[in-house]
Amino acid sequence: MPSVQEQEHRGDHHEEDDELLDIDFSDIEERYRVDMPTGYETVVVVDNTPKVGEEKKDRLLNAIKKIFKDIGDIKTIHMPMDSATGQSKGYIFIEFETVEQATQAVKLGNGHKLDRAHVFAVNRFDDIEKYTSTNDEYVEPAEVPFVEKEHLKSWLADPRARDQWVMMKGDEVSIYWNNKSEQPDLDHSRSNWSDMYVSWSPKGTYLATFHKQGIALWGGPTWSKINRFAHPNVKLIDFSPNEKYITTWSHEPFLTADGEHHRLAIWDIVTGRQLRTFAIDAAVAAGPEGKQKIDWPMFKWSYDDKYVARLAPGMISVYETPGMGLLDKKSIKVDDVQAFAWSPSEHILSYWTPESGNIPARVSLMRLPSREVLRTKNLFNVIDCKLFWQQSGDYLLVTVKRAKSKKATTTNFEIFRLREKDVPVDVMEVDSVLEVTNIYWEPLGSRFALLAMEGTKIVCNFYQMVPAAAPAAAKGKKAGPSVGDVALGVKLLKSFDAKGTNQIIWSPKGRFCLLAGVRAFQGEIQFWDVEELVMMGSGEHYMCTDVDWDPTGRYVTSSVSWWRVQTDTGFIMWTFTGQQLAKQAVPAFKQLLWRPRPPTLLSEEEQKQVKKNLKEYSKQFDEEDAAQTKAVTREVLERRIKLWNEWAEYRNRVHADYEAAADVRANIWGFDPDAKQDSLPEESLEEWVEEVVEETEEIVE
Amino acid sequence: MRPILLHGHTRSLTKVKYNRDGDLLFTVSKDAKPNVWFAHNGERLGSYDGHNGAVWDLDVSYDSKRLLTASADNTCRLWGVESGKELFRWNTRTAVRQVAFAQGDRMALYVTDATMGQPSTIWVVAIEEDLENQSDEFERKIIINGPKATVASWGDLNKTIYTGHEDGTITIWDAETGEKIKSVKSHDSVISDMQWAPDYGYFITASKDHTAKIFDAKTLRVMKTYTTQRPVNSAALSPIRPHIALGGGQEAMEVTQIGGAKQGKFETRFFHLPFEEEIGRVKGHFGPINTLAFAPDGRSFASGAEDGFVRIHYFDDDYFEFNYEEESLTA
Repeated sequence: MPSVQEQEHRGDHHEEDDELLDIDFSDIEERYRVDMPTGYETVVVVDNTPKVGEEKKDRLLNAIKKIFKDIGDIKTIHMPMDSATGQSKGYIFIEFETVEQATQAVKLGNGHKLDRAHVFAVNRFDDIEKYTSTNDEYVEPAEVPFVEKEHLKSWLADPRARDQWVMMKGDEVSIYWNNKSEQPDLDHSRSNWSDMYVSWSPKGTYLATFHKQGIALWGGPTWSKINRFAHPNVKLIDFSPNEKYITTWSHEPFLTADGEHHRLAIWDIVTGRQLRTFAIDAAVAAGPEGKQKIDWPMFKWSYDDKYVARLAPGMISVYETPGMGLLDKKSIKVDDVQAFAWSPSEHILSYWTPESGNIPARVSLMRLPSREVLRTKNLFNVIDCKLFWQQSGDYLLVTVKRAKSKKATTTNFEIFRLREKDVPVDVMEVDSVLEVTNIYWEPLGSRFALLAMEGTKIVCNFYQMVPAAAPAAAKGKKAGPSVGDVALGVKLLKSFDAKGTNQIIWSPKGRFCLLAGVRAFQGEIQFWDVEELVMMGSGEHYMCTDVDWDPTGRYVTSSVSWWRVQTDTGFIMWTFTGQQLAKQAVPAFKQLLWRPRPPTLLSEEEQKQVKKNLKEYSKQFDEEDAAQTKAVTREVLERRIKLWNEWAEYRNRVHADYEAAADVRANIWGFDPDAKQDSLPEESLEEWVEEVVEETEEIVE
Repeated sequence: MRPILLHGHTRSLTKVKYNRDGDLLFTVSKDAKPNVWFAHNGERLGSYDGHNGAVWDLDVSYDSKRLLTASADNTCRLWGVESGKELFRWNTRTAVRQVAFAQGDRMALYVTDATMGQPSTIWVVAIEEDLENQSDEFERKIIINGPKATVASWGDLNKTIYTGHEDGTITIWDAETGEKIKSVKSHDSVISDMQWAPDYGYFITASKDHTAKIFDAKTLRVMKTYTTQRPVNSAALSPIRPHIALGGGQEAMEVTQIGGAKQGKFETRFFHLPFEEEIGRVKGHFGPINTLAFAPDGRSFASGAEDGFVRIHYFDDDYFEFNYEEESLTA
């Protein structure tokens, strides 16, 4: 996830050019419109007060003042009297000091029972007019004609099953079909489509663009607008895993209907409804160390979009969709909780708390909504913990950093096996010379990679989780010179010097991974097969800023983004084995993002079948590829022939013009300067080459 | 083949040029000392001593007897190629940027810079066979209003003068009246080089806007565009093959220590002329290439760079064997 600063940086370079992309946010603006002050916003009307005469007026007013006394100072209070009856009219105006007080008065006073006959109805003065002007007659809403929506997953039906990517270059956003080494086909392109950057939803259905007014989502075969979410100066977004909801964030707070300043909003993608907004003050957003980088996503979604949780001091607040109310109406109190993470496959929360007094540090797993704690693990001398879930939720790896002495620290892994009874925990020590930089789980697998520093050296380790039954067996045959046995249940597969690497990127299908040195590094990329534990290939993309897999794990793109490096921007397309397919220099290249694919609909059995019959399929694909290549070759050939003939024709014409002026030219020179030179006397060049044949030294007496 | 390295200049090269026969290579640099070399082995024949400032440009007469140099010491000088002696000198108020013999070698032009309140100016002077009659009076003076001229040369039959400017425009002037005939802006930045096709039908320009373009001489229509990722300082047309050569690279001051030659891309790049496709690169310099020239027989080329070196490369046999199939296919 890109940091906030750079996104601001991105935003800066756009000119205010809104007319090119007219997204009509007016209806949304209408819906969330904040009324201009009328001057009466601090006034409330209390209805259903007893009708009293002049003599009881003061008593009643005092009673009412008492009801509202906690809210704040009442500026004025007025009870209109009916001059005909001498009685009060049954309602009272109260003016408060502030709008907030008036708001509170409505909340507090509305429904207040003075006695059985008098239940107060409190409204804002401004609202009364609105309510009275409402037409009482029922008007049947006009039936909106049904408009068929475009198929949002149409790109998956490409006859050649190609993948798409979106590229941002200057102010132009384009979507291309990947054609391997051939030129990609343009699917759609627009200028000034986004004011900042663009982003795909997690399953690839929507393309999100950023605008001053908010977020717009696009999709379908014609890239029409699907929905938009008005959030002024939005900077960050986060989709829920199943694309039902979207979270938006802006540094600049917006005013809610209740007059509060909020920065974060959660929306329903299909209806476009704003589900809930949150204030989140800037200090919390800036993070504990006062860094400008905010911890995003701030709200973490459960795997099925059912819950969304957020860390607050001393608690984890879990909200239930779509109502967005707190689960069981209260947050989960966890004293001093530092960090939490959802299981990617179950309603299980993991979190950790540091040591305090006699209580050890603790990593806990809690099931929701029951709030049953599945497992806790006590840890001592802990400085920091980090939680890494394996993508299918089978394992939770916790790196625990401990103080060894005053200066040195050591790290060990606590690996929770979620699929086994009582959730056993494997403990594994990491060689104390290693300073762990990061952990990378293999998607859909039980391997993980570790990147660590040994002094100034960079080390990469691959590990494999061994099934619970296996360690015992492995223990039995200890004779072999295996590199494993680091800990029961975790096997070290390989450890090697990973010079020039600062990132490991697994293929979305597992087994293969990239070791890349990006941004601050030189741009070296290694292509690894972790099954065979060999490096299949390597390459370099100088100053490369980003490296990504396509969603099928067949291709890799490395790119240099103008946001970070201003020279030689563009991208290289590689195969997963490290073979370079195409290199494109793109001026002002900013971003290339592969369109994600939803998970396959084939059952495991069907997938197995496909693998088994791969040869037959691949024959067919090879033929298609060959036909494609041939067509492209023919196209290129025809273009070249055309250019060649055009040029030859031009040359002849130009040369004829030159020849035509031969006389004039001869006149200028006094001779024909183009006459063949063989009439000149033959020149012979003599070259002296000196060579020392022998050298002897004699002393002459 | 191994390139021939010419060490002789102490500062960055500004121009390299072959004589008509192709046996001599003339080079000028910012070190004030023009040199002449045997093109076939890189042996230095001699130098032309006298300038007191950077030498920006040179031209050599058809018969290889006379040499013109343009210098920042506010002089344009005429030299005896063989004797190495200064034959004549035009004193100017500002630095001389460009110099060129007209066809017939009886006239020449030089361009003075726009500095110290002086406008950028083209001066046309007569060159006398007999030096006794040589005068320092100018025949014609064309004042350039607007962006200064960075390159200048004669059109066919001395009827026109072509200039390339700081802002990327190209202008044709009537050489006899000094009137502006045509002006187009097809480049986005400084034009750093302009070289003619042998039959004056078109010319190639190099520009800091990272491109080189071929222009039709009459209409100034862009015929071809060659795009690179670095400023192009020089562009040359092969006299025998449908190829062009481009030289350039990152500005020396922008090259970082770490990136070095790799990031700077100090290569001579060859493109197929009609197809606009890159066909090869020659590495070797460790500074931007400032000037390129094909030998008149097209069998070798010379490059001069910011690093103070001149390199002469003779093409290998396979260069001459290399052909696009399409070149022989005619529809």
